[in-house]
Amino acid sequence: MATPAALTGNLPPRSASRVLYDRLRGGDEIAYLLTLACTVATLLIVVFLIGELWFRSQAAIKAFGLSFLFSSTWNPNGDQFGALPFIYGTCITSFLALLIAVPFGVASAIFLSEMAPPLLSNIFTFLIELLAAVPSVIYGLLGVFILVPIIRLNLVPLLKHTLGFLPLFKGSTFGFSFLSAGLVLSVMIMPFIVSVSREVLLAVPVEQREAALALGATKWETTWQIVLPNAKTGILGSIFLALARALGETMAVTMVIGNTPVISASLLSPGYSIAAVIANEFAEANGALYVSSLIFLGLVLFGLTIVINAIARIFIVMTSRRFG
Amino acid sequence: MTDRAHIATHRKIINVLMLSLSGLCTLLVLSVLFFILGYLLVHGVKSLNWNFFTKLPKPSGETGGGMANAIVGSGKILLLATCIGVPIGALTGVFLAEYSGKQFAFLIRYTADLLNGVPSIVIGIFAYSVVVIPMKHFSAWAGGLALGIMMIPISVRTTEEFLLAVPNSMREGAMALGATKARTIFTVVIPAAAAGLLSGLMLNLARVAGETAPLLFTALGNMFWSHGWHEPTASLPVMIYNYAISPADDLHQQAWAAGFVLLSLVLFINVTARLVIQRGAGASRR
Amino acid sequence: MLPGDKLVTGSKQQENAVKEQAAAAQMPSNQTTATEESKLRADSVNFYYGNFQALHDITLKIPAYKITAFIGPSGCGKSTFLRTINRMNEMLRNTRVEGSLTLDGSDILGMDVTTLRRRVGMVFQKSNPFPKSIFDNIAYGPRVNGTTKRSLLAETVERSLTRAALWNEVKDKLNKPATALSGGQQQRLCIARALAVDPEVLLLDEPCSALDPIATLKIEELLFELKQQTTIVIVTHNMQQAARLADFTGFFLLGKLIEFDDTRVMFQNPHKKETEDYITGRFG
Repeated sequence: MATPAALTGNLPPRSASRVLYDRLRGGDEIAYLLTLACTVATLLIVVFLIGELWFRSQAAIKAFGLSFLFSSTWNPNGDQFGALPFIYGTCITSFLALLIAVPFGVASAIFLSEMAPPLLSNIFTFLIELLAAVPSVIYGLLGVFILVPIIRLNLVPLLKHTLGFLPLFKGSTFGFSFLSAGLVLSVMIMPFIVSVSREVLLAVPVEQREAALALGATKWETTWQIVLPNAKTGILGSIFLALARALGETMAVTMVIGNTPVISASLLSPGYSIAAVIANEFAEANGALYVSSLIFLGLVLFGLTIVINAIARIFIVMTSRRFG
Repeated sequence: MTDRAHIATHRKIINVLMLSLSGLCTLLVLSVLFFILGYLLVHGVKSLNWNFFTKLPKPSGETGGGMANAIVGSGKILLLATCIGVPIGALTGVFLAEYSGKQFAFLIRYTADLLNGVPSIVIGIFAYSVVVIPMKHFSAWAGGLALGIMMIPISVRTTEEFLLAVPNSMREGAMALGATKARTIFTVVIPAAAAGLLSGLMLNLARVAGETAPLLFTALGNMFWSHGWHEPTASLPVMIYNYAISPADDLHQQAWAAGFVLLSLVLFINVTARLVIQRGAGASRR
Repeated sequence: MLPGDKLVTGSKQQENAVKEQAAAAQMPSNQTTATEESKLRADSVNFYYGNFQALHDITLKIPAYKITAFIGPSGCGKSTFLRTINRMNEMLRNTRVEGSLTLDGSDILGMDVTTLRRRVGMVFQKSNPFPKSIFDNIAYGPRVNGTTKRSLLAETVERSLTRAALWNEVKDKLNKPATALSGGQQQRLCIARALAVDPEVLLLDEPCSALDPIATLKIEELLFELKQQTTIVIVTHNMQQAARLADFTGFFLLGKLIEFDDTRVMFQNPHKKETEDYITGRFG
């Protein structure tokens, strides 16, 4: 044979340690263990997160129990803590945000998926998704210096003039209010609704549209009666996703909501949200019960967002199952 | 006959009306983006000067103050965050894409998504709990940990996605040459996915660069330089917040300038990263 | 390049080994002892995907320094069997091999799989160059197996590309990306890449199915040249190709090896009816 004998398989037997060394050098065991370790680390971080929240809320849980959620007294000096004003503020601002963002968002999604030519649609979507990348504190900045004055000087007089009889718009205001927070939040969550809804609408098979159009329906009728119902679940999913984001939003809200623990039917009243009170008072909170109450609030927020996100995911999974 | 004609017109009108309305909504949403950009541009650039980038903050009333420490501080915290979050997240993504079984993969993905949905302020509480309390003071470590944890879920998801996009034929080619699985992953698959992975990293970074809430009680803030990693550290977003809510007008001006710098950076990274991803996706389709 | 000895002997020995190889590759083949010497043997090989049995009782001997072709209709198991030889099927979950497979008498299923794959190379149906330069593609195999010296790698790259009849076309653009080559060139690149580790056996899984006739012809000429130093096993769904190229042919059907014989016998005077039916085009 012209080729060296060693190449054709008559290898000297390797010692056990040599085999082990070669295998380690090959790297398979190390790589597997390393990646597995990081995966376990990820899981553990979540576990520890929940654990720490739970553990550090214990003082407040023991002191107040579930009545924490329904009490509206927030008095750090007297060690009296109740979560209701913050839960109320969080919910009101989020729902207001949805009320505004959903119609605009879904309408835009419809335009981008059904009407706009693909190139335009892609460019516009790209730009709208950039809105989602704007940091929260920037929205807050704009909210404080532009939105709040406009609300105080222009919008409120208008509202009072037209709808002032409603309890929603009673009382005077400096502009820092549930209304401002709701408006800023609505702008912040709109890109999510547009982006996800547009994708869901695009996923509706072309055959459905063709069937309706072939029967003589107008484009709008096709969209409203055929395409939207098909995309219903997915759009609902996008709404819940947006809601989850709104609930957890901190900076923009705390900069425009007025930071006063008040429950009021009027949207013009200043208020507070869970995330905002934690942001404002945590660094200076003294006293174990104070801190524990704030952490308890964090736990409540955490639970709330998990539930909403889970519901959103269920809707989205249902949608993808439908269109494969 | 005339009835039918009326109905037809009626439907046509609604058709045009509704579709125009939807177009209007889109334009409105877009105009918000341009308004934000424009306003920040105008107001921010006004107050932008050399001092901003080189000097420490000065109290209201004194001129010549800047945010040098905040810029550096943000850099330090983000560096920590990347070193903590990206390796853990990326290697988890590798595990998901190359090694994991179906059920375990579902659990990991679900957990990563869960972590992604946690409000950033709650993550701040966690970092406070495990770093600030034992250390008994605020520090860059705590801020870095908070932001690092926020980087994990996106790192996991983008790594998995881009690794899975590498065709199996590439893995087979390497393994048929005698490469071990680990070698294949690190010398063939990851390089093949490099562009996407890098873009994902940039997007991740841009997202946490703008985060304020988790830093409020972890890194806290600092009017001076912070030495090392154990001191409270200034960061750009927190400075913007503090100046914005202060009563002083000159501080407001600085907040606008800082806001402009932050937004420009974030948007620039976003646009670049997304374009790279889109071009990559287009290329692989050809 | 002596597998297993890279630490013990050091690079001087490595260099000498590669130089010996280079010399050997240029010599005319006089190393065939007998045409009946079998390089690969399969004895009662069964293969399972989960509960599904894809290969039934395959027994054959593949002779050294010849071209052996596997033919048969789609799904008959010829590719599956090919991939069992270099244990590529282990990349899938839930697979099982029974029976005996040997390379020069050594048990394939028992040996270290990375050593096996250095000795048994594979070229795939669709060319799969790495997104690296041409040089780095060819050098990948040697690098993985321990060769780091640039001069050695350059020598190996040139030799492999020459053996794959691609050197003249790419010698001026070794640093350009491999993906810039045409389909036929990419496939020859993949052959060069497989040859760079000097395999004793080269497995080819329908290598020309994605190529035009001219590119196919180039590769077939290449295989004729290569069989002087390497045992070739090729899976093809193109019977004319098997008739042109192969010294021996095996006909697979529904996971069984129906017949294995000299190509002329298979095509002119097959023993089994199924073979005759397939070859005359009555099915498949």
